[in-house]
Amino acid sequence: MYYIDPHIHMVSRTTDDYETLAKMGCVAMSEPAFWAGFDRGSVESFRDYFRQLTEFEPKRAAQYGIQHFTWLCINAKEAENVELSREVIAMIPEFLDRPNVLGIGEIGLNKNTRNEATIFLEHVELAVKFEQQILIHTPHLEDKYQGTRMILDMLCDNSNIDRSRVLVDHVEEHTVRHVLDEGFWAGMTLYPVTKCTPQRAADIVEMCGPERLMVNSAGDWGPSKPTAVPDFILEMRRRGHAESLIRRIVYDNPLTFFRQSRSFNYQPPVWDEPAEV
Amino acid sequence: MSSPMHARAVLDREFLEMRAKVLELAASLDRLERAAGDVVDDPRLKLLRQAIEVLSDDRDERAERVQLLFSRPYTAEWQSQFNLTPRQPR
Repeated sequence: MYYIDPHIHMVSRTTDDYETLAKMGCVAMSEPAFWAGFDRGSVESFRDYFRQLTEFEPKRAAQYGIQHFTWLCINAKEAENVELSREVIAMIPEFLDRPNVLGIGEIGLNKNTRNEATIFLEHVELAVKFEQQILIHTPHLEDKYQGTRMILDMLCDNSNIDRSRVLVDHVEEHTVRHVLDEGFWAGMTLYPVTKCTPQRAADIVEMCGPERLMVNSAGDWGPSKPTAVPDFILEMRRRGHAESLIRRIVYDNPLTFFRQSRSFNYQPPVWDEPAEV
Repeated sequence: MSSPMHARAVLDREFLEMRAKVLELAASLDRLERAAGDVVDDPRLKLLRQAIEVLSDDRDERAERVQLLFSRPYTAEWQSQFNLTPRQPR
């Protein structure tokens, strides 16, 4: 089954991973800008990072038939440096017309602080001003519930936001319904220890249905598994779910969401077309 | 939408895995008791014991309730506490 990984950090992965993902059916992916594991010191670091996301990674992915898309921002972990964050936000428009840029992301909260909320709101204003889609990171562990509710408050306060163009990521059992009930898209991240396992993600599909729901690996430089989406596919099959349902979550839903971005120039695999009889 | 699997099939498939997880938890609690020092008053231990109680009750949505148990509380007044005013009133 062909699938799309809507959230994966390939700058942290090897070229071997691209090959493995291609062999497992990955045909497209989107890579949000995120934290490098250390706080970057200047706006020029981000300019170089955005060049990597918009120039180098699409070429690396294309070698294996994978289409690479991206999202730009300064991550919430670096938002405590408000001055640098504002410099980065001011620089982002330089890259918004690049052919693989889908929007602003992954913005969000980390420890749910005032500075994080301030920079989140300024990112949202940027997205609204340039009519960009938004991809949102929700916090980890004990901060997730509070942070997700705060993010939803900020989004719902802004009537200029089209909720169908916003993906709220890393949802789990206690946050998924809040996100879906407000009309946003929701992403479940499949991690070995934190966030969702493939089994719990399948449970959430059974409890909430497939509407506006996706799964992703969020593979990065930490403990994560870039092939987690195929693990989810296998779990759904083992439970006896229909192929059409599985495909909706791992392929059709990401397509529907991403197609709202004017930069999403996706070319379906040629072998996906109906065979002539 | 529900699971297409019969409850018996779920139990058949997951019994050993569930047994192993319960055993790991039991062994972790034993390990804590054998270790030097005392963490009886550590709030994390209290949360773990509350979570174990959630697993044992007869109500559904155990995973969601365990998640909320381990979550910081949300208050709707957070924006005024941060002195952040909504851009546009709802």
